[in-house]
Amino acid sequence: MYAGKSQIGSDKIADEVPIAVEPFHQTLLKHGLSLNRGQTTTLQVNVGLVCNQVCRHCHLNAGPDRTENMDAETVNEVLSYAGRVSFDAIDITGGAPELNPNLVDLIEGLYLHAPKIMLRSNLTALNYGEGDHLMGLLKTRGVDIVASFPSLNESQADSQRGKGVFAKSIDAFKKLNAMGYGLDGSGLELNLVSNPTGAFLPPMQEQAEKRFRQVLEQKWGIVFNNLFNFANVPLGRFRQWLLQSGNLEKYLKKLTSGFNPCAVEGVMCRTLVSVSWDGYLYDCDFNIAKGLYLGERKIHVSEMRGVPEPGSSIAVGDHCYTCTAGTGFT
Amino acid sequence: METYYKPEDLPKFEEIGKEAPDLAAKFFDYYGAVFEEGELTEREKALIALSVAHAIQCPYCIDAYTQACLEKGSNLTEMTEAVHVVTAIRGGASLVHGIQMRNVAEKLSL
Repeated sequence: MYAGKSQIGSDKIADEVPIAVEPFHQTLLKHGLSLNRGQTTTLQVNVGLVCNQVCRHCHLNAGPDRTENMDAETVNEVLSYAGRVSFDAIDITGGAPELNPNLVDLIEGLYLHAPKIMLRSNLTALNYGEGDHLMGLLKTRGVDIVASFPSLNESQADSQRGKGVFAKSIDAFKKLNAMGYGLDGSGLELNLVSNPTGAFLPPMQEQAEKRFRQVLEQKWGIVFNNLFNFANVPLGRFRQWLLQSGNLEKYLKKLTSGFNPCAVEGVMCRTLVSVSWDGYLYDCDFNIAKGLYLGERKIHVSEMRGVPEPGSSIAVGDHCYTCTAGTGFT
Repeated sequence: METYYKPEDLPKFEEIGKEAPDLAAKFFDYYGAVFEEGELTEREKALIALSVAHAIQCPYCIDAYTQACLEKGSNLTEMTEAVHVVTAIRGGASLVHGIQMRNVAEKLSL
């Protein structure tokens, strides 16, 4: 299941390589823009960096060698926060969230507090070991599944996510469809996330979704609700690969030259607060990778009395160009 | 090593309009319109462009349309098949001229 050698901490090395890019905050200023919070409606919970895969585009360097996992005490603090604040949606991510032993308690607790819960899954961790039990719980609690599925091509998918992942993903999709996931009227959403399998930007979402729908149904009888195309963020293992492959400078220039001022208003960090496995808060999952705390202040979830104030500042870095390139990243 | 083909020249393509801006504008407008989604998808058009790029052996076009194909969601297998299509047509075009050869040879021969 290894797409590449684990490179924990290697983002530091890649970060030290100077690349001449106009700082993101200066680009915002140049366009007369600022990046501030709107009304926060989504709580993202990153339950840890433990993963059964070593995906080569992972911005968090997640993998089997990582030990960072949200403990029961922090899970309770997150549940308490979700109880204090009315979030429209809770977005559970990792690592592979399925590998956190407290995931079931987290879902059972969040179910009481939020109308919509999403679980980001690599599919192989979901359909493995205790997977059937977990899938049953997800169905019972109406948890939407957001599944990583980069390409309709086995070779491309496996090159990003590890040998054999494509075939296992197809098996997992079939199982989820059989449970009702992705089927019209079931109320169980199965959404796909496709990241490019290299140093290039994703296709237009609408066109890609149409093609994925056609091919998945024709070849495997698989159905799903929505496909989301996200550009890869030049952090963590992906940044290291960009550096080693000689693509870093060109990729960063591609992102910066694609800056779309109109995309700033719709970026996800304006309406989302992200809590890390250790309970500290960030403006997004990418800022967890970068170590940039919420509004550049280190605050623990247990200290939060409500959502971040609308209008408050968002911590930014050069990786933010990923979310403002082209049509944006929401 | 000096070479006639430099990757950094590709982004300068629009500079060709400096001496004849009206003609360049017409060309680039047409070029842009050609690659917009129509009955053929942008992905399919990029695959055609990639295969033609190989037929005319243009390094700029191969570079640009390899990236375009990947960004439009094509994979290396599809792109390789597209190159084989144009190779078959190009090879076939040579081979079919063998009929001309045969016609001339038959006329001249006893």
